[in-house]
Amino acid sequence: MRVAVMLAVLILSGAIGEIAITYGMKAVGEPARLRPKPILEFLWRAVRNGWFWTGAPLMAVAFSSLLVLLSWKPISFVIPASALSYVVGTLGAKYVLGEDITGKRWAGVLLVCAGVALVAVG
Amino acid sequence: MGHERRLRIKTLVMVFAMVVCATVGDLMLKRGMAGIGAVQLTPAGITEAFRMTVTNPTIWLGILFLLGFMTTYMTVLSWADYSYVMPAGAFGYAVVTFLGVTVLGETVTLRRWAGVAMICIGVLLVTQTKPRTTNEARPTEATP
Repeated sequence: MRVAVMLAVLILSGAIGEIAITYGMKAVGEPARLRPKPILEFLWRAVRNGWFWTGAPLMAVAFSSLLVLLSWKPISFVIPASALSYVVGTLGAKYVLGEDITGKRWAGVLLVCAGVALVAVG
Repeated sequence: MGHERRLRIKTLVMVFAMVVCATVGDLMLKRGMAGIGAVQLTPAGITEAFRMTVTNPTIWLGILFLLGFMTTYMTVLSWADYSYVMPAGAFGYAVVTFLGVTVLGETVTLRRWAGVAMICIGVLLVTQTKPRTTNEARPTEATP
């Protein structure tokens, strides 16, 4: 039971956190150029965005729950079980961020999800 | 170079840097945490695990690489779709398997190779889609 709860915390906090960060980064706008100075200026703008501070703690929660799960169960269980986060994240991208998930992208996501599970079990 | 092609190339370069940082960082953390052992969920157990974690240099090196991952991740998400970046990042599993075989001489089961093949085909499919499907990115100048 505690494993299932921790797994749910890992998947949900990870997906919600990453979606919040994506939302914030889109609002901040991309760096003018991919050089150290514009990237540092971009990061400075990013860390002053409220969505970053919504997403980052949630990602920290996901990371901590991953560490705890890895201390309880073998990686061959933890990674396949958490691979479901690819599907949860894609649903969030579609319904929250309004991204266009074409059939090709869905096929890719599902293959990646199954592939990650197989790699960890194998 | 066309706008679409330029967007695709810079997205793929960034995703590659992201995968390298995440893979190296994860390996360092795994090594560090393996030395600490199972975390007991009691106040004393958590305090002890925290103390051992923050004094472990391997874990700090891992955290440094994960900061590199966070920077590339945030940068690429400022223009690319989350549903494009996230599955493409799974390419790291394939990289780890190839490194295990070529560098460490590990044997990999058929099931694991099948998983790697599925990840590669999945990433290939995702990277053939448009990197950005929401409103067009507007490059912003540095704030004065």
